[in-house]
Amino acid sequence: MTLERRRFDALILGAGGAGLNAALQLANAELRVAVVSKVFPTRSHTVAAQGGVNAALANVLPDSWHWHMFDTVKGSDYLGDQDAIELMCREAVPTVYELEHNGVPFSRLDSGKIYQRAFGGQSQNFGGEQAARTCAAADRTGHAILHTLYQENIRAKTHFFDECFGIDLVRDPGGVVVGALVLDIATGQPLLIESKTTLLATGGCGQVFRTTSNAHINTGDGLAMALRADIPLQDMEFFQFHPTGIAGKGLLITEGVRGEGGYLVNGEGERFMERYAPHAKDLASRDVVSRAIVTEVRDGKGCGRHKDHVLLKLDHLGEEVISKRLPGIRELSRIFAGVDPVREPIPVFPTAHYLMGGIPTDRFGRVVVPAGHGAEEALPGLYAAGECACASVHGANRLGGNSLLDILVFGRLAGKDIIRYVGENSYHRPVSEDSVEQAMARLTRWDRPGEGTSVRELGKQLRKVMEDHAGVFRVEAVMDQGVEKVREIRERLQGVRLRDHSRAFNTARIEALELENMIDVGMALVMSALHRKESRGAHSRPDYPQRDDNQWMKHSLYFRGGDAMDYKPVRTRPLTVPSFPPKARVY
Amino acid sequence: MQFRVFRFNPETDSAPHMQAFQVEVSAGMMLRDALLAIQAEDESFAFRHSCGEGVCGSDGVNVSGRNRLACITPLSELREPVEVRPLPGQPVIRDLVVDMAPFYRQYKSVQPWLVRKEPFPEQELLQLPEERDRLDGLYECILCACCSTACPSYWWNPERFLGPQALLAAYRFLADSRDQAREERLDALEGPYKLFRCHTIMNCVEACPKGLNPTKAIGQIKALMVKDAV
Repeated sequence: MTLERRRFDALILGAGGAGLNAALQLANAELRVAVVSKVFPTRSHTVAAQGGVNAALANVLPDSWHWHMFDTVKGSDYLGDQDAIELMCREAVPTVYELEHNGVPFSRLDSGKIYQRAFGGQSQNFGGEQAARTCAAADRTGHAILHTLYQENIRAKTHFFDECFGIDLVRDPGGVVVGALVLDIATGQPLLIESKTTLLATGGCGQVFRTTSNAHINTGDGLAMALRADIPLQDMEFFQFHPTGIAGKGLLITEGVRGEGGYLVNGEGERFMERYAPHAKDLASRDVVSRAIVTEVRDGKGCGRHKDHVLLKLDHLGEEVISKRLPGIRELSRIFAGVDPVREPIPVFPTAHYLMGGIPTDRFGRVVVPAGHGAEEALPGLYAAGECACASVHGANRLGGNSLLDILVFGRLAGKDIIRYVGENSYHRPVSEDSVEQAMARLTRWDRPGEGTSVRELGKQLRKVMEDHAGVFRVEAVMDQGVEKVREIRERLQGVRLRDHSRAFNTARIEALELENMIDVGMALVMSALHRKESRGAHSRPDYPQRDDNQWMKHSLYFRGGDAMDYKPVRTRPLTVPSFPPKARVY
Repeated sequence: MQFRVFRFNPETDSAPHMQAFQVEVSAGMMLRDALLAIQAEDESFAFRHSCGEGVCGSDGVNVSGRNRLACITPLSELREPVEVRPLPGQPVIRDLVVDMAPFYRQYKSVQPWLVRKEPFPEQELLQLPEERDRLDGLYECILCACCSTACPSYWWNPERFLGPQALLAAYRFLADSRDQAREERLDALEGPYKLFRCHTIMNCVEACPKGLNPTKAIGQIKALMVKDAV
């Protein structure tokens, strides 16, 4: 059987906000662009983003990109790269206007301007009063943005490969990435897409945890593809647990609930956040609030029969505000928690939500790797953007509303840089047939007959191990065991077999390929966490409770070969303004 | 709980059949959880799903005669045996997975994007809250196809009648105070089929898992046509 081959100027893996915003730049510039997505684009997980996107528009309260930058650096616990953060906060303003011009149905103020709400970690004037920086379309902002970007891409005639799964990157004889082998899920046929440039925009990996706000599809495929192409992953220990998942289910209840005036109470009816963050209270950073909730529950101050959650109260906001600003939350609470928040509080507990780390990139979305002992260098033609990338704008903890911003800004900037690159590199590099064979082998090895552990079973074990050994609080002995257990799971993968070897829409085969990806990503996460001996942002070590800027103000790099760790400095110099030096982080 | 699910594998089956499964259920379970339990027993059983909270629109299926999203359908609302079939009237790829291409074609044909003829301002286009309110009940569509595949007119004329989803999308842009292509949009919907095959049967309204009302949107398009004709 001959392998079908297609050629494009740009290949984009993933059709969430980052992939689609990059595609839009490229299609508008009349490049030949292919977007490969394992689900129809509007099913990408950007669709589930609720609260909004940050930009210092100052529509409600005074604001400036510089204050936004300060909040983001502080929120990152000083691990974010300040050049990338400055760029993102500056670009936020034109990016949101562009989205609005594209048709995003933002909620509106009486002035006719875009509605903005308060979110956690936002301040005016470098740590002063609460700001209102999050541009929202009710509590369905991600849906509104994703659908609009897809619509714009239809207009621009972007070439979509819907329901195609990325098996692996392919390279030229020198190791340069020149496209990807993908699988058409409906037919089960592989397809080779050769491309002058490749953008990884495959999103997050929340499915490595048992309780998560993430969708079934968030399995870290692009992260694992990068690892297999000998690219390290950066800052993988920094995984955000969102404070308000529906208890026992993990589904997200937006921070916008607290932005609109909702608050948390413990089993004694106390507004406990006042003790943890006297100034910002319920709108402290997510890492702070998540730790507070887990601590309350551990201290026996939880709610419910098992005292295993806290309550999010918003009935005092009134039915009108809830219906207007938080209609989706009301719907989710009714269906999944059996409560109507107009009358009753919502039971909540932290849920695995967002990967701050990822594929290392510079501020143009170019994938960068260490170059010998010197500075890092950009890999020719390879890009990453969105949750799978690490620019790094979120550092050790992401602020709410900065995720949609990150995907849009860096999706767009990566698109722009791809246009430049294709202008300077007109010809395709040759594909190494060895590399194609390797990628094919990854697929065909699932055709092995025989009995073995099921994909579902091993996946379940991985998720449990990750939850038990890499959660909100992490101590050495528990993480040591975590690494051992993930290693054991990685070995057991060899014994996993599919019973169903059919071609057409074989979801079991897709899940097998995803499980391989999740195991690699899980290992990157536990290894990076075990090695960082300090507490910073979302990485909280009771055995090393302090942030240690002398030793640990640096980015982790995990390499799949030999499970090796390396480190690189934080970029503390912004583009045009003075650096924000590390300070104690209080809210 | 007893389930009967539609099975068809194009590589091995000459015709589809229904297969019975018994699933152990607990409080709070959704239909998607039951389908996952069936899949854990038989990995060859295929269906689409992703977000698990009714926003990605992947898992539209026909449940005992009604189109619903599996992930937000509580098992407690269903009667045994629960019959789960693919969305009606669409080509089946495998089991509960249908070919959505014809449905997406109709959606794309209404030019579902904002058209501006004047240059953009430096900041946002202004839109008053009451103008924005007109988009409520329209923009929330998740493209799950529950409505169009519940519509008899769409079953009979899937190529020529746009179906409730595409018409809802068409009206979403007609209703947007920022859009400047009203005349072209209305002209494109002229003729006996695209719009006018809607006989207000209203299956779409009952089927929509997001509580949207395509029939009303269709009525509003007709009203705009009448208004512009006068």
